[in-house]
Amino acid sequence: LVEVLAGVVVITSKEAVQHQGISLTMEGLVNLQLSSKSVGVFEAFYNSVKPIQLISSNIEVAKPGKVPGGKTEIPFEFPLQAKGNKMLYETYHGVFVNIQYTLRCDMRRPLLAKDLSKTCEFMLHCQPQKSKVQPTPVDFTITPETLQNVKERTSLPKFVIRGHLDATNCVITQPLTGELVVESSEVAIKSIELQLVRVETCGCAEGYARDATEIQNIQIAEGDVCHGLPIPIYMVFPRLFTCPTLETTNFKVEFEVNVVIVLHDDHLITENFPLKLCRV
Amino acid sequence: LQSVTVELQSRFVSHFPSHLQVTDSRSRRGGRKGSTSSSSSSSSSVAPDPLSSMLEGTDPLSLFAAASELGRKRRENEEEVGADFEPWSAKRGEILARFTTTEKLSIVRYSHYFHPSSAVSEKVRTRLEELDDLEEGSQRELLNLSQQDYVNRIEELNQSLKEAWSSDQKVKALKIVIQCSKLLSDTSVIQFYPSKFVLITDILDTFGRLVYERIWSMCSDPRPIPDSFSVEDVNDTAKETCLNWFFKIASIRELIPRLYVEAAILKCNRFLNKTGIQETLPRLTAMIRGIGDPLVAVYARAYLCRVGMEVAPHLKDSLNKNFFDLLASFRQIHGDTVQNQLVIQRVEIPVYLTLYSPAIHWILQCVAYRAPDVLLTEMMERCKKLGNNALLLNSVMWAFRPEFVAARATDFIGMIKDCDEAGFPKHLLFGSLGRSLACADPPESERLPILNEAWKVITKVRSPQDYINCAEIWVEFTCRHFTKREVNTVLADIIKHMTPDRAFEDAYPQLQSVMKKILTYFHNFSVLFSMEKFLPFLDMFQKDSVRVEVCKSIMEVFIKHQQEPTRDPVILNALLHVCKTMHDSVNALTVEDEKRSLALLINGFIRMVSFGRDFEQQLSFCVEARATFCNLEPVIIQLIHTVNQLAMETRRVMGGSHSRKTAAFVRACAAYSFITIPSLTSIFSRLHLYLLSGQVALANQCLSQADAFLKAAVSVLPEVPRTISVEGKQRSSEAFLLDFINSFLSTLLVVPDHPEQGVLYLVRGLLNMVQDYTWEDNSDAKVRVYISALPLLAAMSQESYLYTIPKVDSNETLYGGDPKFVAEISRLCETLIGQVLDHLKTLGREEGVRRQGSLAFSLFSTLLAHGDLRNNKLNQLAVNLWNLSHKNGHCDTRTSVRTLEHIKQQAQQPELSHLSDMLLRLSLQSRA
Repeated sequence: LVEVLAGVVVITSKEAVQHQGISLTMEGLVNLQLSSKSVGVFEAFYNSVKPIQLISSNIEVAKPGKVPGGKTEIPFEFPLQAKGNKMLYETYHGVFVNIQYTLRCDMRRPLLAKDLSKTCEFMLHCQPQKSKVQPTPVDFTITPETLQNVKERTSLPKFVIRGHLDATNCVITQPLTGELVVESSEVAIKSIELQLVRVETCGCAEGYARDATEIQNIQIAEGDVCHGLPIPIYMVFPRLFTCPTLETTNFKVEFEVNVVIVLHDDHLITENFPLKLCRV
Repeated sequence: LQSVTVELQSRFVSHFPSHLQVTDSRSRRGGRKGSTSSSSSSSSSVAPDPLSSMLEGTDPLSLFAAASELGRKRRENEEEVGADFEPWSAKRGEILARFTTTEKLSIVRYSHYFHPSSAVSEKVRTRLEELDDLEEGSQRELLNLSQQDYVNRIEELNQSLKEAWSSDQKVKALKIVIQCSKLLSDTSVIQFYPSKFVLITDILDTFGRLVYERIWSMCSDPRPIPDSFSVEDVNDTAKETCLNWFFKIASIRELIPRLYVEAAILKCNRFLNKTGIQETLPRLTAMIRGIGDPLVAVYARAYLCRVGMEVAPHLKDSLNKNFFDLLASFRQIHGDTVQNQLVIQRVEIPVYLTLYSPAIHWILQCVAYRAPDVLLTEMMERCKKLGNNALLLNSVMWAFRPEFVAARATDFIGMIKDCDEAGFPKHLLFGSLGRSLACADPPESERLPILNEAWKVITKVRSPQDYINCAEIWVEFTCRHFTKREVNTVLADIIKHMTPDRAFEDAYPQLQSVMKKILTYFHNFSVLFSMEKFLPFLDMFQKDSVRVEVCKSIMEVFIKHQQEPTRDPVILNALLHVCKTMHDSVNALTVEDEKRSLALLINGFIRMVSFGRDFEQQLSFCVEARATFCNLEPVIIQLIHTVNQLAMETRRVMGGSHSRKTAAFVRACAAYSFITIPSLTSIFSRLHLYLLSGQVALANQCLSQADAFLKAAVSVLPEVPRTISVEGKQRSSEAFLLDFINSFLSTLLVVPDHPEQGVLYLVRGLLNMVQDYTWEDNSDAKVRVYISALPLLAAMSQESYLYTIPKVDSNETLYGGDPKFVAEISRLCETLIGQVLDHLKTLGREEGVRRQGSLAFSLFSTLLAHGDLRNNKLNQLAVNLWNLSHKNGHCDTRTSVRTLEHIKQQAQQPELSHLSDMLLRLSLQSRA
């Protein structure tokens, strides 16, 4: 079962146009870029990994000739067939990984007239997976004792924050949900935020680079919230910037969420949860 | 070949319907149009669709359809908000007026600069990132704004929102809204917060409406969708646009803007799915828990409840949930964070707590709307558990049904007593309770204890302003259920509180309201004035304008409700005092309307005064009243009428024949009128009153008085101006004067001649005056008077007069048909006729033939009716007049025909047979 990309080329012109052929090119590319953090500025500049072509095809929609004046519509269809043993991945725009599908229309024209070209991106969504996702609730408790990377544990104010995420394997079209209770805190709370992070890993001959960058930050509590009262955790996954968790031989796209608690004395407490996104 | 465009329309199995129009870059700068953004809608401009724009207006058909739709829906769903729900619009003005500040405010402004992405590398830039711009972008803080500046700034934002929207900059519009809602997280200058909330939620409402209407209009193609549309009616583009809005809002970083903006477009969930609203409301409700500042949180709840009530009033659960969450986080108010803030801002706890009232009132009002008693009881119990929190208690009393509160009034009083004195002021609590009790009655047995308990607290309130605000409310309850004794006590207390330092000066509206309430419940004025403290209370209104206002309201009630005339000295004294106050407010600057309305009220009072058979007392009342109300002419006129009526009443009682004592009394009445009338400025009032009083004097056999009145009337005649002002317009006085003279003439028949004056002294006097009066040029008025005098003279020459006054001998008896008297009359008639004929002659010469004809005809009619036509000369004159009147063909043929028929009929009678001869000589001029 192969899906098709179908549509029409619309040519609008006042008078008849002479041309030397109109063609359509469809291309799917994965662009990988190594971050400067992993390999250094210059290497990053040169060493951006060769793009991976997922799909590519070209058809001629019109032989050289004339297009009459007015509006002309030429229908077309492309089978979405991956190249060789490649797979089609969902459209994704990240920092170091970009998966993009484009369609370009070229009209070659005789001498003295510039060729016309138009490009547009089209979106690809994976076929939903048949299997049902079992929710995997995660409970968490954050206290000074549970923290890692602390220099002076004694200087930390006392606090107990409990909560749970309803699931860490999330359906991409459904929000991330859960609850959080500030049970006690010596120092007033300034803000509680959910930080959605993408973790992109690019592998190449020299090794691999793994980078985590923020996609979005959603504040769920502002100010000194009422202790003991559950605060909802709720975040919608942004379109385009998230895709189902992806793991290939050359690169990986993963997601994580951080629960960030900012105290009034500007202490920053972060609890990290890896997520697995999928489309159902 | 400049404008070749290539367009790609891809139909691909995806959730992103993309319709891309790509234009040759030479012909048009692409801007965002050419971007590959998946969001298909919000940036694409849709040309205004005439159909949909018409629908937003007042297309009668769709309005009708919508109306019937609404009707159907209402029948289906009983839960819609009815008229008994006090709308937000009623509250907002009150809040804005109440929560003001003189402190300096600041506002954070974000520059509206944003760049359209054109470079290829930025192609993927989405609105999402633009939103980030807003948050991180350049911002500057404007400090030291006065409240008015601040309000203006917000209004500017509102305007720029509308501008951005109408110029299709939807993203900018969203930015502005986010910026506005961010202001709501700022609690500096906390006293102003409620007003700020009102101003900013106005903007949010505007935004919500714009988005909804926009999406709605997208569905209206090709056919408008009904108001009660279902998800199936919504097309994909509209759904996609709507979804986009929700995605954008979901990515707003900060909690408070995200919450408010999503709440603002809550209604748009209808486009996406059936259950959207009922899923979103609880989620947003829970989200508010994340707001740490209790004041910010409570207002956010109020907004959510408000939007909820508008969009889905049947979803009660979220409302209740909001309230319970509020209770759960109530202790925050007394938390350290808040206390520290108050210390910094130097705001006291009672002031701070009142800031909560509008929001809690509103939440509770939503919760209590058509809620079963069980729920309300539960709510009350929950409040109690929080240690009888005064703030909540206050709102409960405000928002719950008055009946509910009234039935439990004693419980409430108990709870109020248990409240902590330091926090919320108790007089406010009693004020709220009083408000409920003013509309609903507590059980009868509890009423007195309630009043006692309440007043015990109220009377202890120190500040006069607080005191009167509360007392004013409780006056209603007191008046409704208790007697004058209790009301008197209350008034005494009010006087006691408001007199020191002239505190009443700042409380006139409240005091007026107290007065109004008393007057609503006490219509019996003898009871009212027997309250010792009523008049002292009245004395507190010392500002003239207010005082007169109050007096007027008293008089209005008196006139409306006093059924029987009264002589009760208490009422009379008090009301005379009240009326005198009103009268004394009249000065040179008083407008006519005001004078008229005051006079009307005073007249109403005078009419209600009756001393029964004690006529002398009544007269002396009128004497006193005349002295008191000398500046209001209508009142003086009324007094003269009253006195005349008094004289006639005396006559009636005496059966027409006066005793020595009553004769003296009626002469006194006449004297009263005689000396009062000259003080009037209106000449016609004077004339009519002279005539009327003359008639009354005559009827009471006061001949010399009657003579004096009539003589006075005659002597006033020359003063009548030629024009008078009627309802502000200048009119000729002629018609009024003729009317008066005719009526005067008919009175003269019964007036006997004065023994010391000549025959027909008054008639001659009148006619002389008429002769000398400067009539309008070209007017027949004088001659018309002469013609109307003829019937009088004819009647005087009869042996017995047509009408007489009992016990008054008219000229018929005086002269007994003396030939000399008759001859005198005849001479007078001849003179008059001569004058008329002279006048007729002058008319013939000029352009006055039409007037000549009409005058000739009226003289003919008079001669026919009153003259003895057996006299040949007169007969000939009549025939000549007839001919004259027909000479120029200006007479009305129908009248002529009817006159001839009348003469024919008269001629049948044997004593008038001579008329048939005359008839032969009267020819009817044919019109042709």
